[in-house]
Amino acid sequence: MAVRLAWGLALAFAISSPFWMSGYHLYQFSQVLIYAIALLGLNLLTGYNGQLSLGHGAFFAIGGYGAAILIVKFGLPFWLAIPIASAVCFVAGFLFGFPALRFGGLYLALATFALAVAAPQLLAFKGIDFLTGGSQGLQVPKPGALLGLPMTTDQSVFWLCLIAAVALFVIAGNLVRGRFGRALVAIRDHPIAAESMGVNAALYKTICFGVSALYAGVAGGLDAVAVGFVSPESFGLALSLAFLVGIVVGGLASIGGVLFGALFIEFVPNYADQLTVYFGENAKALPGAVYGLLMILMMAAAPMGIAGLLRSLARASGLRSQ
Amino acid sequence: MVELFHQLASGLALGGVYAITALALVMIFQATQLVNFAQGEMAMFSTYIAWWLMQNGWDYWQAFGVTVVFSFVGGVVIERVVVRPFAQAPVLASVIVFIGLSFIFNALAGFFFGYSVQSFDTPFDGRPWFGNKFMSAHESGSVVVSLVVLALVFAFFRFTPLGLAMRAAAQNPASARLVGVRVGWMLALGWGLAAAIGAVAGMMAAPIVYLDPNMMGGILLYAFAGAVLGGIDNPWGAVFGGFTVGIAENLLGAYVVGEEVKLSVALIIIIGVLVAKPSGLFGRRIVARV
Amino acid sequence: MMNRRQFLTSAAALAAATQARADDMPGITAKEIKIGQTMPYSGPASAYGVIGKTEAAYFKMINAQGGVNGRMVNFISLDDGYSPPKTVEQTRRLVEEEKVAFLFNPLGTPPNLAIRDYCNKNGVPQLYVATGAATFSDPAHFKWTLGLQPNYQTESGIFGKHILATKPKAKIAVLYQNDGFGKDYLIGLKAGLGADHAGMIVKAASYETSEPTVDSQVTELQGSGADVFLIAATPKFAAQAIRKSFDLGWDATRYVTDVSLSIATVLKPAGLAKAKGLITANYGKDASDPRWKDDAGFKQYKDFVEKHMSARDLVDSNAIYGFNAAILMVHVLKQCGNDLSRANILKQATNIDGLELPMLLPGIKINTSPTNYSPIRQMQLQSFNGSSWELFGDILQG
Repeated sequence: MAVRLAWGLALAFAISSPFWMSGYHLYQFSQVLIYAIALLGLNLLTGYNGQLSLGHGAFFAIGGYGAAILIVKFGLPFWLAIPIASAVCFVAGFLFGFPALRFGGLYLALATFALAVAAPQLLAFKGIDFLTGGSQGLQVPKPGALLGLPMTTDQSVFWLCLIAAVALFVIAGNLVRGRFGRALVAIRDHPIAAESMGVNAALYKTICFGVSALYAGVAGGLDAVAVGFVSPESFGLALSLAFLVGIVVGGLASIGGVLFGALFIEFVPNYADQLTVYFGENAKALPGAVYGLLMILMMAAAPMGIAGLLRSLARASGLRSQ
Repeated sequence: MVELFHQLASGLALGGVYAITALALVMIFQATQLVNFAQGEMAMFSTYIAWWLMQNGWDYWQAFGVTVVFSFVGGVVIERVVVRPFAQAPVLASVIVFIGLSFIFNALAGFFFGYSVQSFDTPFDGRPWFGNKFMSAHESGSVVVSLVVLALVFAFFRFTPLGLAMRAAAQNPASARLVGVRVGWMLALGWGLAAAIGAVAGMMAAPIVYLDPNMMGGILLYAFAGAVLGGIDNPWGAVFGGFTVGIAENLLGAYVVGEEVKLSVALIIIIGVLVAKPSGLFGRRIVARV
Repeated sequence: MMNRRQFLTSAAALAAATQARADDMPGITAKEIKIGQTMPYSGPASAYGVIGKTEAAYFKMINAQGGVNGRMVNFISLDDGYSPPKTVEQTRRLVEEEKVAFLFNPLGTPPNLAIRDYCNKNGVPQLYVATGAATFSDPAHFKWTLGLQPNYQTESGIFGKHILATKPKAKIAVLYQNDGFGKDYLIGLKAGLGADHAGMIVKAASYETSEPTVDSQVTELQGSGADVFLIAATPKFAAQAIRKSFDLGWDATRYVTDVSLSIATVLKPAGLAKAKGLITANYGKDASDPRWKDDAGFKQYKDFVEKHMSARDLVDSNAIYGFNAAILMVHVLKQCGNDLSRANILKQATNIDGLELPMLLPGIKINTSPTNYSPIRQMQLQSFNGSSWELFGDILQG
């Protein structure tokens, strides 16, 4: 009950925000929604299916570049470009999922780490300069008012992100509660038992990789439109690491948790930057240290993420009697 | 032909650095089955300590020795204070802690020492060894150092009671505990060794790549590739993998894939090895019990 | 005589007028000028953070001396980690929340590209961007965006002409960073050589900033048999390339860019002896060059660093860059007088006639106009004699 109430409140907050929030804050919350979508995809893969990825920034990049290229070079409207780019991501994820089948746990982490580091270089590759704009990147036109309604660009972008996020959250919620989700969790926890019960683990794992990449792709496409610019520097290792931080801080294998994770990776670095004001001029180098420290403290205080923390709080106060 | 030898030589020189870094990764992996993503930044920070000591007039080998000892103690302390509390947490929590650590070390190095490039002394100064035309004295020296470190690690595990205890704690913690090995301390010791070995890697790398807070980023990636190639639970394998990756990276970059996508060589090696031989060339095959 | 009613009416009118003026002048109050900036204090480009730090220290010093025309400079410099999406967010925070008057010296090609449309659409001056990409001096399309240093293509063009004049039969090898910065040098070099001589470039190899070394690339370039070597690299990689080309015994005429000519942070790590004979084009003074020991401009800089920064910053070329840029900014603000509207700030920023700065080379002047958005376009060639740079030839204009 409490969970439904929380979802309702969050949605009410989101729907009302374009009517009172400033453009800048709307932009920030659009980013939160975009991150939340990407985190949701990563959580399906890592949280539910136990496949560790440190390279989801690469799929985010494919979505972003894909959408940008379709919009800028082929003149497609964003509502066509983003789904097409996401479909490309699904295929890319599905294909990456095949070799990934062979490596468990930390090996997959290493492979995806290498993917994250190599991604900017591959994006700037000379052979695809004519599409990607090379190292100059691409300027993406911002969408105008949706459906001819009177609204600013920030409002349209926010609505776009909100609609996509709600749809993808509902789909993910249904996925994990259904047969597919049970299979994913079974493969994560008891791979051999799951296979002996007739679950086609290889198929489920590769599809899960594809779906996860698709989510990252939608997020990347929305990000390209929201920011209005893509370049290789937008998709560095830091982005992939931020995604991982997001799902762990939010809570592994938790749909709602990714919202907290998204809030964390959007806002905490800014506050870490501001905190350094108290340490004088030289401390401009310190936001990284503050951010790192917060990550570790967060893990110590809530190893199951914020969602886990809330769950145990709820259990303690008897709010949720299951 | 001459160019090929030059490529081989510089591959070998940097390969030595990858090898030592990979060896440090193996130390922690053996003990805890975890890959320490902060290994590179820890090594970088250690190197800054040596640099700072030398700035203050210390002799190279004094600074070297103090840095190795300091890093060892630092590694033990990090294990006890930062890593230990997460022993029971999911693997991912540990990964996050490592990433957090790497952010902290990177920012602290920038804060204390600045971000601009510093030169770092080498004990192997002077003319190239044996009058060869391909490797500078430092490059030859760092290859030798990496082999010496490997020999020391090997001797330590093979011939000392402490090494034996550490192996026991890593392979079968429950039984080791029964025969009186203090498993917890063995893990801390593993971290200490890794940090000390990493410090050596940093001090060998810095004269080649120059010292700055982001110095170990690329090196760590290639060390990962080396460790995976040789088998991440095998010190010999990791060293072999490190050298191989160093050479392969140079040759493939120069003659096959082109310099533009050279970093992707690491990605290709990692994926290729994992697909073809997941336990690496010399790793133990792990057979899961049903 | 004015009666009470008249007085009140006119006072109200006056207040309304002041109010209207204040609305025209975002970020400006009677006591304050608010300036915004994004800077990579974290992430891969954090070495440049010293620029923002230096500028903050300089404005603080100006404030301590009474500010600019009685107003204090409130300089807000935010970290963007060199990530364009973050630059957009931080810029919007500066413009929409902090309501800064303008942006000053935001750093990096991709970050500045990401916010250029936004600044131009909203009429926010994006002044003296800290990048040499040629695309930022384009008043016809982006009237609110101004460059600062000589652009990379210009400099590379100067090298091209110098090669043609001194070694018309040269075979050229180029090492370049695989991004806008490195590629601009390649473009400029080709332009400087001219279409007829483009074939002189026999080999070009790129590197990525996340790679450990460029040794392999330099070896490969040497193998091409070139006798001229252009190093279009950032400091760390330039130092590696200088050392490696020497160690290889490669007897080529080597050119480095003005980004990597610092004696302290590039040539010393590479080895001064190994750097002998390097050629570069420059516009600023090098703090570690003994030649400037008694120079008035250098003394002014040294005095500033000693009082307001830490000792290690003295020889950092980024600190020198920030110092020059901050002085230029204060000059423009003084020139604005009391009219600190965005339109006038842009007008004054693009109306500078022959300004000399303490850490610019003697004779190099800053000139801007509504059609000239490249404040520093002059450079002078110099070669390294093993201990300091020696200027040669005339001041060249790109």
